[in-house]
Amino acid sequence: MCRMKSSEIPTAALVLGVNVTDHDVTFKSLSEVLQDNVTPYVVSLQAKECPGIKHLLQKLMGQLMDCCVDVDSFEEEECVNISQKKIRCSMASLSKWYESVTKKTGSETPSKKITSSSRHWQSPPIVVIFKDMESFTTKVLQDFIVISSQHIHEFPLVLIFGIATSPMIIHRLLPHSVSSLLCIELFQSLSCKEHLATVIDKLLLTTQFPFKLSEKVLQVLINIFLYHDFSVQNFIKGFQLSVVEHFYSQPLSVLCCQLLEAKKRVNSLSHNQCENIRSLPSFRRYVESQVSEKQIALLTEDSFLKEVTQTLLEDLHIYHENYFTVLRCLHVFTTSLPKYPLGKQIRELHCACLGKSVWETEEYGSTVQLLRMLAKDELVAILQKCVEIFISSSGKQFSNTVEKLEEFLARFQNLETETNEVQDVSVLSQKELQKKTDLYHLQKTLLELKESKRSKKLTKFEMLRFEVVDFIDSLVRSYLAPAEMQTLNEVVYFNTANTLREHLNAAPRIALHTALNNPYCYLKNQTLKSDVGCISNTAPDICIVYKLHLECGRLINLVDWLEAFSTVVTAVEGTDPDSVATDQVDEIIHARFIRAVSELELLGFIKPSKQKTDHVARLTWGGC
Amino acid sequence: MSQLELKRNQVLEARFVADEDVLKHISDNGGVKVRKDRAQLALNVKRFVKKLENISDDDDEAQEIMEEQNYVAVLGACAEASELAQTPGRNVTFDSSEYPEKPACTPQSSKKYSASNKPQLKSKKNEFVSTTPYRLRKRLTAPSLRSDSESDYSASCSEEEEEDKDHKETCDVILGQKTPSKTRAAPPSKKTPAKKLKEEMTSNLVEEYFEAHSSSKVLTSDRTLQKLQKRKLDQQTLLVLLNKAPPAFTAELKELNQQHESLFSKWMLQLHLGFSIVLYGLGSKRDLLEKFRTSLLRDSVHLVVNGFFPSITVRSILNSITEEVLDHVGTFRSPMDQLDLIMKRFKEDSSLELYLLIHNLDSKMLRGDKSQQILAQLASLPNIHLIASIDHINAPLMWDQAKQSLYNWLWYETTTFSPYLEETSYENSLLVQQSGSLALSSLTHVLHSLTPNARGIFRLLAQYHLENKDNPSYPGLSFQDFYQRCREAFLVNSDLTLRAQLTEFRDHKLIRTKRGTDGVEYLLIPVDNGTLTDFLEKEDEDM
Repeated sequence: MCRMKSSEIPTAALVLGVNVTDHDVTFKSLSEVLQDNVTPYVVSLQAKECPGIKHLLQKLMGQLMDCCVDVDSFEEEECVNISQKKIRCSMASLSKWYESVTKKTGSETPSKKITSSSRHWQSPPIVVIFKDMESFTTKVLQDFIVISSQHIHEFPLVLIFGIATSPMIIHRLLPHSVSSLLCIELFQSLSCKEHLATVIDKLLLTTQFPFKLSEKVLQVLINIFLYHDFSVQNFIKGFQLSVVEHFYSQPLSVLCCQLLEAKKRVNSLSHNQCENIRSLPSFRRYVESQVSEKQIALLTEDSFLKEVTQTLLEDLHIYHENYFTVLRCLHVFTTSLPKYPLGKQIRELHCACLGKSVWETEEYGSTVQLLRMLAKDELVAILQKCVEIFISSSGKQFSNTVEKLEEFLARFQNLETETNEVQDVSVLSQKELQKKTDLYHLQKTLLELKESKRSKKLTKFEMLRFEVVDFIDSLVRSYLAPAEMQTLNEVVYFNTANTLREHLNAAPRIALHTALNNPYCYLKNQTLKSDVGCISNTAPDICIVYKLHLECGRLINLVDWLEAFSTVVTAVEGTDPDSVATDQVDEIIHARFIRAVSELELLGFIKPSKQKTDHVARLTWGGC
Repeated sequence: MSQLELKRNQVLEARFVADEDVLKHISDNGGVKVRKDRAQLALNVKRFVKKLENISDDDDEAQEIMEEQNYVAVLGACAEASELAQTPGRNVTFDSSEYPEKPACTPQSSKKYSASNKPQLKSKKNEFVSTTPYRLRKRLTAPSLRSDSESDYSASCSEEEEEDKDHKETCDVILGQKTPSKTRAAPPSKKTPAKKLKEEMTSNLVEEYFEAHSSSKVLTSDRTLQKLQKRKLDQQTLLVLLNKAPPAFTAELKELNQQHESLFSKWMLQLHLGFSIVLYGLGSKRDLLEKFRTSLLRDSVHLVVNGFFPSITVRSILNSITEEVLDHVGTFRSPMDQLDLIMKRFKEDSSLELYLLIHNLDSKMLRGDKSQQILAQLASLPNIHLIASIDHINAPLMWDQAKQSLYNWLWYETTTFSPYLEETSYENSLLVQQSGSLALSSLTHVLHSLTPNARGIFRLLAQYHLENKDNPSYPGLSFQDFYQRCREAFLVNSDLTLRAQLTEFRDHKLIRTKRGTDGVEYLLIPVDNGTLTDFLEKEDEDM
């Protein structure tokens, strides 16, 4: 693959993107693949394990010995390993070890795991993965590369650099003399957005799993992904948390399972659970839309309710089947449009459809308008894709739709001959134009042409295009109704986005600030109610001390602070001010002040200062 | 008599005013509105005066506000004085009663007041003859109402348009006089509408930040706790005193706690599902976690880590896991090795389960990068369940992306408002007296475990240290000198033995070494002299 000098170390630079937290999974599967197909000797190193070259070699040897034992577990070899651990870890001992291992495996166990793919190597290489190349100290890396390049003849070595930023970093970390020892091949991993798209496609846009996320929840998760960490793992964590929360907090989540199972479970619902169903907002809406006798039956007879619930659950299931198929179909249409009015990714489209009736939005209007301007070949290609989607979908009632689409396609085929004729006419008129040189006539014919264009211009193709777009529009209107409007959607949709945000993306500083500035938020006592920016003087000590400290500068005199505090506190208690005027602050108030100040110190608002006696330094500025 | 009444009201009047309000108030008063609420103004003046006492102008910001306040105070005093002037015999008492209350640092403004306003007042005096005593009465009762509404007063004032106009002129004059002396003076308010003034005020807020941080000098008052004749409390008396303090908002606090306690089973579920739980919010979360522990973890293996304890280390946490939980005997070369073993054991044996409760994960001892890395790796094990609390405002900065994903946090806000009694008791607060008992006991403890020779070595150093306690430029005892002395006392026979001994002292933080400017190594005892004297006395007794 690459022509390299014999002393160069083959190196793969793996550009993985900034989502560091996902890298572990990537490396894990990479080393597994390598171990299965190429070589048993795969070592992965992390920067924090290798502060020096010594530690690096130690780790390297340790991992190599372990994996060697894994491959051929000979007891005698284990003994060798143990003795070798005591040997000082050096490249020489490594090459010696390698020699002994390959010799042994070459002679004793020819039927090794390593098969066809490793044929290119006379002996399996040692692969060293640097998981986070940027965090390694340059010296360690350089030393390792220089040393191992000396030994490259004794054992084949391959390096893999995991890079989070850009490939430039290699040259910044390694000087030319070192990087010239490497033969670097660059690999780019898929972007994290594509990983996310896959996860969403496999997890959310499918009827395989009954559990669903509502629009707001999905939005929260996607926002955390896009604006905080780009981490697919965190997205999955959020999804897991939603599952936990849903099954923990929604009593009717017992019905959130496969349809057949759910139907069975409906039969065994208790009376209380039936009452739960009745109190669901979506169910109440459904009841209201029924005739009065049925309403009464639904609200009083459990058995009837169960029957209806079963059919409703089935409806919900069918709704989802149709929804995802039509959603994908619509997505095919919207991605072909300029500027993507409904979003480029299917997740954006999904969010738009989940939340509200998508056809009422402005973006949908412009989408339809743009669709009416599609060229024929584009439209045909899209329609073909749609047919594929519908055929592959599990929904049964799409046979008509497929027929209809295929009919459209056939008509587009037939159009080709007809359009030729139309073209003839226009060509004729063009010829006429060229004949007449009279200015007046020219103007007249041009006007006529324009007129005719405006009135009759709807060619057959355009008519057909309108028909197709209208058909798609009707599909959208009938199948992409928002999930919130579906009866019993609460059973499968998790929709408390707030809890999710609180637990995943908390704001501890804001909480602290609110508690200090406005204790009424937490302690619902009328005496604590106050205007914005002020606090009542009955507030907890720490709030008062905090508020007083806000009015100071970088340094705070403890005596003044104490006095201010005691003034405020005594004012509340209504103690005789004359006694305070004697400058002798009450002991208890003093103690309370001490407590509050040390609490502020613990919270990191102040620290003791040596600049001036009895002063503390402020660590924050302004409101927080 | 009414003066006394006023004074009392002032004390009750101490209350918080938001910065914006202050600014608004000042700007409003500086502008057109000043004539509307004269009585109001008098009230505010008192409040500001009180506030000045409270805060005592700590810095530029306060200085800045104070200047404005002085100005308002002058205005108000002017208004008040002019009113008082109408009732004969009043203004004398007024002057003497208001101003002694002002802090000492504002003599300039009060002088100014007396210098610049008196003639003005005299000139106005005759114009105010027609005023009714009714207004005066109203003004005197006003403070007790504690209301900011202008409507109460505007009715009584608005009739006198003419007089107001005059008054406004006075204000402008005073403002004009004031401006030259200020550094960032507002243009004379005759032309400036109140709005403009206010705008400037808010922009000043931003500037104040940079101003406060630009100069290294900070202006604060020089008062010290010693002058207050306030003895430092030690930990014991502090606790006793605090217990005497009446508890506040017990009902509300209880309700708050109950809300949190209802989450216990949910936490348990989530811990089991591989999440870690972190509690944040104001107030000690120690009791809450304790309650969680006693109610749900009684039958399972758990480890409680008091992060706030000053000598806690990750090493000790790891040690207790290996020794107590895994029953492992033997030592480890590094925490990393220890961690590897723990991880291996927990991965091998899925029946092992450990709940790790850490109070104050953000404490000084645990907040380091390495400690957090180790703890995060522990937390990432599926059968170690971590629940922790954080308090420091910048605590979340400890964790980068990688650590956060290892921890797999779920955040729970548990604001309890309960005092951080345990957590702060180990802190070296300025206000709490260092009893020294801890240091003394540790000194004797360590020394008793040493050989007599080693004790002698330390005694030598301590004595030398005390001999030089009055010398401010005492650099410490140089190593060579020390060696010489030790040799003479037959305590060591080579400098290697002395070095070995010193290493031991250093490990126990009994001594500190410092390189002087001449490159010589100096030895110091980082213990205060009182403790050291006590120690030597005690040693002598034991001998």
